[in-house]
Amino acid sequence: MAHLRPRSWGEALALRAAHPEAVPVSGGTDLMVRMNLAGHRPAALLDLSAVPGLAEWSDRSAWIRVGPAMTYTAMVRDLAEHAPALARASRGVGSPQIRNRGTIGGNLGTASPAGDCHPALLATRATIEVESVRGERLLPAREFYLGPRRSMLAPDELIKGVLIPKATAPQEFAKVGARNAMVIAVGSFALALHADEQRVGTGIGSAAPTPVIAGAAERYLDAELADGDYWEKRRPLPDVVHRRFAELVVTAADPIDDIRSTAAYRRHALGVLAYRALRWCWTDFLKGWR
Amino acid sequence: MTGLLAHEGGGVGDSAPRPDGRLKVTGAFDYASDLTAPDMLHGATVRSPHACARITAVDVAEALALPGVRAVLTHEDVPGAKFYGLDVADQPVLAVGEVRYWGEPVAIVAAEDEDTARAAVALIKVGYEPLEALTDPRRAAFDPGAPRVHPDGNLVRYQPVRLGDPDRMHAEVVVIGEYEVGMQDQAPLGPEAALALPTGDGIEVRVATQALHTDRDQIAPCLGLPVDKVLVTLAGVGGAFGAREDLSVQVHAAMLALRTGRPVRMVLNRAESFVGHVHRHPARMRYEHGATSAGKLVYVKAEILLDGGAYTSSTNAVVGNAASMAVGPYEVAHAQIDAFGVRTNNPPCGAMRGFGAVQTCFAYESQMDKIAERVGLDPVEVRAINAVRQGSRIITGQRIDAPAPLAQMLYRARELPEPPPSGTEPTDLPGGVANVTRGEGVVRGTGYAVGIKNICFSEGYDDYSTARVQLSVVDGEPTALVHTAAAEVGQGGITIQAQIARTELGVDRVVLATPDTTVGSAGSTSASRQSYMTGGAVKVACEAVREQLLARLGSRVSADVSLVGGKVVSRRDGVIATIAEVLGDIVLEETREFHHHKTSSLDPQTGQGDSHTQFAFCVHRAVVDVDVELGLVKVVELAAVQDVGKIINRQSIEGQIHGGSAQGLGLALMEEIQVGEGVIRNPDFTDYLIPTSLDMPPMRMEILENADPRAPYGLRGVGEPPTLSSTPAVVAAIRAATGRPVTRVPVRPWDLVGV
Repeated sequence: MAHLRPRSWGEALALRAAHPEAVPVSGGTDLMVRMNLAGHRPAALLDLSAVPGLAEWSDRSAWIRVGPAMTYTAMVRDLAEHAPALARASRGVGSPQIRNRGTIGGNLGTASPAGDCHPALLATRATIEVESVRGERLLPAREFYLGPRRSMLAPDELIKGVLIPKATAPQEFAKVGARNAMVIAVGSFALALHADEQRVGTGIGSAAPTPVIAGAAERYLDAELADGDYWEKRRPLPDVVHRRFAELVVTAADPIDDIRSTAAYRRHALGVLAYRALRWCWTDFLKGWR
Repeated sequence: MTGLLAHEGGGVGDSAPRPDGRLKVTGAFDYASDLTAPDMLHGATVRSPHACARITAVDVAEALALPGVRAVLTHEDVPGAKFYGLDVADQPVLAVGEVRYWGEPVAIVAAEDEDTARAAVALIKVGYEPLEALTDPRRAAFDPGAPRVHPDGNLVRYQPVRLGDPDRMHAEVVVIGEYEVGMQDQAPLGPEAALALPTGDGIEVRVATQALHTDRDQIAPCLGLPVDKVLVTLAGVGGAFGAREDLSVQVHAAMLALRTGRPVRMVLNRAESFVGHVHRHPARMRYEHGATSAGKLVYVKAEILLDGGAYTSSTNAVVGNAASMAVGPYEVAHAQIDAFGVRTNNPPCGAMRGFGAVQTCFAYESQMDKIAERVGLDPVEVRAINAVRQGSRIITGQRIDAPAPLAQMLYRARELPEPPPSGTEPTDLPGGVANVTRGEGVVRGTGYAVGIKNICFSEGYDDYSTARVQLSVVDGEPTALVHTAAAEVGQGGITIQAQIARTELGVDRVVLATPDTTVGSAGSTSASRQSYMTGGAVKVACEAVREQLLARLGSRVSADVSLVGGKVVSRRDGVIATIAEVLGDIVLEETREFHHHKTSSLDPQTGQGDSHTQFAFCVHRAVVDVDVELGLVKVVELAAVQDVGKIINRQSIEGQIHGGSAQGLGLALMEEIQVGEGVIRNPDFTDYLIPTSLDMPPMRMEILENADPRAPYGLRGVGEPPTLSSTPAVVAAIRAATGRPVTRVPVRPWDLVGV
């Protein structure tokens, strides 16, 4: 197995173009498990750990830009203010050791429906910067996921960064698993209130072949919030709105029965998470979150 | 001879540190999978993709042609006996003509490196004709038309227990329940691993095992070697819990080493490990309890069905335990128990911590709670009024000779302070870091359970251990060398062996020789027996050495001398001499066997007999918070009261109670090998979940010392009892919180929300 270790981003792109069979690796928390457990042997590894600058994040006024090699530990530490749902999701990933190594770029590259970053990126309407020797593309997270472990990323492209609108109102992420830590999501849900745009965003994990949004639930809640002028008046939201929102979130899911859960429980849990997430977000919003 | 120096800590009763502790926490400790030898080859295994199939062809040509491959062996290459087993030799070294479980070894490969060995595995073409797999244990037990997994049938053991006449008894309260226990795995972090080294006319096998002589006595016939040509040496063990009682890679590595004349290491990967060892028997149990309106037991009837999977392993003994302790630590005059152990095409099941007593404990404790509810008694009270005590008889007629203050233990558990209400941080609440609740839907519940576990081997087995003890002066200091074949599997047996030598010989320095088969058998590190058995053997061997030492003092010795702090001390005259002076440059050595008192078999018709050596008890109180909307559970506290007879090393005992309780909590909430049509669906730690530090709560522990006069120092085995009672205690607490019946473990979230 070839081990390619570029020292610069340009070299990385060139190697990626020359070796489309190579699998990019950063923290290795996903790939190495597959190699150890399933005897998976990629033709080559494109090791990005020597490329400088990939682990940093930067403030771009209305956005933050997160480097692809930013670890979960770093996101928990640094992003709670500007990307609270992503920070919260990062906290629930694996163990401290996994969080020290695993990266947002790896989570996107693997594109598992159970990946913990995805619901938060969907809910916040993040944009993924990808680049190849052919040039750069900006891919909305909402268009990025194509199927289980399949994404828009072309064989010669690398994930260059993730652009996330800064939080202007509360966000939440919650996931259900059969253990209190170190567990793959049986179902997960992210909700972001975008106060400046007066709209909401959702993201669902582990309940469909890809991470998905709950479009009908978003439209319903956007309309309710606008009709009742809730954004401006900062009034408590009726319970019935929470319940209807949760029901609509459930309809967006297309879960399966598998060893981790039944489909029926996934739907049920998702409804509970959606209800609670909206309550937490709106309660915090009323408390004057910024 | 290699060994480990233990020079820290005191004698019996001290929390001496583990002599291998520093090595383990710094990563310097060599586990079996770390072993290497010059010129070593790597072994790998071809495994069956079917739960039941006839083998039509095995073509190894392509694998043999792969550069770097040094040997490919099938059952035709087994030099001696083609079958082995702990109890019944019904398991093939390599499949002969048919496979009986998914993952069964069919062929083995040795190659220059592990990748090549695994590549060769993929090149071996095995033809299979799949057959109907028998995966329903009920059919295996009761359907005469069921496929026969073995020519002699599917039933391994039927053990009834008949006491009194339950059918003629009238009970004011009758509770009936059906219970199910899923297949738990021991989940040792260290995978199965062995290094086999040709020794000229024989073989040395360095292996992570629980029983060196039991291994040797099974390896040698398969290799066609006399036992004295097979040396088994203990390699570093990364957890056992019963998973290392049966052979795994031992014969395979040895066959490859003998064939190639080179050292061969075999290490299973994680997925293979899940088929490379036996699991806890899944159980289906139907119980009927009759009681008075005051909650006193009148009779118990039970049918217990244990699925042993494809091979016998230790199913016989597991059935014996399940039957003899089927009603738990309660007095009852009438019992009708029918316990069955069967073979199926499911993964083989055998020994796991608790060994047949875990399954029934979940059922009988669930029943006791039902009785309590029906008669309006507190769960502690219903247990206390029925609890055995010293002098009681269990349903086999065996009298409990040693102290058994179970009622008092229950009351102590109830009197322990309650844990405070939960905080509001997600990590304090069900779901933990996954952030599912701020307290919504969270309901607290408390539950109690007790269990009874036999310690040491039962049913007439001549259970013994051997210790060789030397005393000499090394670097000017009196030093004891302790050599046994007792497998140190992480439990701290070596720690207490050193403590016993310090107490008995008055020395500080103890060298623990690496366990191997050049000394007599120590039996298995199982049944919570090594403190009792090998502890006992070390004690009597030390006493013999001490006698020799004192004999050298001639007339200066009197009846009141003791060995303390490297000196011979008389109560009347003070220090008589230093041990070093008495020894000079001689080496004293004694080897002793320690046997426990005899037990008898169970009558095959009535299940009566004094089958057990010692009984041990643990009481748990579990406090849980359940998110009743999501069905997620956070165990807030597990409190335990356990009687250990005599504390040899408190820190080790606390570790055992922590670990046993955690393993029971795992069975209650998450640990299950999911099997469909004989195939394991979750052979990895991604989906076979074991408790993390956020799942296992802090524990309050009360450790009692009511000595068993027949045991060394009065001690009682510690390792298994907490594994029994923590599962039903957690489930009882969940029932209290949710009001749901919960009749199966592990509990799944959807069981608690009814979707």
